Amino acid sequence: MNILSRISLAALLCVGLAACASKQEVKPTPPAPPPPAAPTQTAPVSNGKFTPADLETNACLMKRKIYFDFDKSNIKPEFDDIVACHAKYLVDNPGARVTLEGNTDPRGSREYNLGLGERRAKSVEQAMEALGASASQFNVVSYGKERLVCHQMTHACWAKDRRVDIVYTKTE
Amino acid sequence: MKRPGLKFLLASMVLVACAIPALPARAQGLTLDVVNGIPSAIPITIVPFGFESSTQPPATDVAAVIQDDMVRCGKFRTLTGSDIVEHPTHAGQIHFSTWKLLKQDYLVIGRERLVGHGQIRVAYELWNVTAQKKMLAGAYNAVPEELRGVAHQIADRIYQAITGQPGAFYTRIAYVTTTGSGKSMQWSLVVADSDGHHPQVVVRSRQPLLSPAWSPDGKQLAYVSFESGDSAIYIQNLSTGQRRLISGRKGINGAPAFSPGGKRLAMMLSFGGSPEIYVENLSTGQLTQVSHNLSINAEPRWMPDGQALVFTSDRSGKPQLYTEPVGGGGATRLTFQGEYNSNAAVNFDGSQIAMMQGMGNVYRIAIMDRKLDNQMRFISPGPLDESPSFAPNGSMLLYASTDNNGHGVLYEVADNGSVRQRLSLVNGGVQSPAWGPYRIPPASQGN
Repeated sequence: MNILSRISLAALLCVGLAACASKQEVKPTPPAPPPPAAPTQTAPVSNGKFTPADLETNACLMKRKIYFDFDKSNIKPEFDDIVACHAKYLVDNPGARVTLEGNTDPRGSREYNLGLGERRAKSVEQAMEALGASASQFNVVSYGKERLVCHQMTHACWAKDRRVDIVYTKTE
Repeated sequence: MKRPGLKFLLASMVLVACAIPALPARAQGLTLDVVNGIPSAIPITIVPFGFESSTQPPATDVAAVIQDDMVRCGKFRTLTGSDIVEHPTHAGQIHFSTWKLLKQDYLVIGRERLVGHGQIRVAYELWNVTAQKKMLAGAYNAVPEELRGVAHQIADRIYQAITGQPGAFYTRIAYVTTTGSGKSMQWSLVVADSDGHHPQVVVRSRQPLLSPAWSPDGKQLAYVSFESGDSAIYIQNLSTGQRRLISGRKGINGAPAFSPGGKRLAMMLSFGGSPEIYVENLSTGQLTQVSHNLSINAEPRWMPDGQALVFTSDRSGKPQLYTEPVGGGGATRLTFQGEYNSNAAVNFDGSQIAMMQGMGNVYRIAIMDRKLDNQMRFISPGPLDESPSFAPNGSMLLYASTDNNGHGVLYEVADNGSVRQRLSLVNGGVQSPAWGPYRIPPASQGN
């Protein structure tokens, strides 16, 4: 299962990077380019802001799940990009609100897992706040093991259950 | 019985009307089957009861219900079917030599007859075969729908006469069923007889329901509902259906547990930042924080004296059980064997603490015997067993497991692990079991 999830995560990462690249391509280039002023071209910050429309089209923003190891709540490096693009969205859209839903796999006790799910969701919240998102933009809910997405007794299945779902409740 | 069933049915219908309209309150029954046989136990024969009126006998076979109770508690074995070679219903008809030959220690006989007002009189006798002595005799009057309850009460008296301990068959259990999947998934909190019969829905929801906990008088259930979008703790009166919100604070509102006196409720709350154990005085609303540790502190359970709590904490890395006085004073670690110990259940005198114990990927129910140097014994095979709950006399436990299809099932198991009975739902899962307290038999049944 580790190999499998790593492969899919790697794929995710690639898509994420590609999305960021393509996003900049799509931005309308300002008409009448001024005479060669090389340095100013590199960072069109004002134009690089995410908008609500990007939630449906941007490949990174369309990824709304962060997966975790068993009984762990640290964000693995392969999810840094997803955390970063959603944090950027929240910074770009201060009115946006998200609910972070923490989940666990079916192993372990039901109530302890509520705690573990919350710890995972808060770990995502803290990472996004470190990137500039505001605490007031977050709502954390832990479902523990109440919302399993997979019902087979396999490690691959359990890996899909151990997740934080990023749910936008307000997009701007 | 004064038909609590019917009252209950109406109450739950009222409640259902608030949540999701037009659903029947009667829950789908659980199917039961005994998983293990039992090699050595006390031999007792429950002879089928005679019916002495000329009308059609009632559908409930009282002797069969008593027999099932005796077997599932793990302390008895019974003769069945054609092995019961004689059918005495009165003392004068007993041939003790026959039962001695069949190596039976005890014999139960009985008879039923109509007594008016639609009631049936059930008379029973317990005999010691070796001594040829009557140990117990009694009678109940009940309408046909209450005969299972009568049978459980008779089983309790037989159990006590032979073992010296009170029986716990005439009790109820609570559990949560899940049906459907994805967006159509439905959770139901159900109360049923201790053998899974007479299931009644207490509340239904499209959002998770979990952690039912009985009040010591059996009249109320505390539970956790996600119906508001996040967790909240409610206490619901089972006969009126009325309920009140106890805690809907920010963060986790989980794992309610009534104190032995019923006046306080322990909970797991995370509004302060991380999940901690709190106790609320239910009459004043005063909230006291018990645990103080920036880890996960979960699943509080009361020690029988009401002075201390047992709970799960991962302050040492992995979840382990701790105990701490309700008035504070620091936590003491209870479990040192096993990688993962959580979900404590405490028996009536605090001498046994059951828990789910994880080793690798196998989670089993273990009982720690505090009178025997905290020795652990396993009473379930795993691999995903959890949520143990003691019967009020400590002789049996309920726990939850997951079958190979990922469906939740419950098991009732003798405290020595010898007999297991599965309770499963045909088209869904069952989880979060909680064994209720002793019931007071209705006065109308006489004796």
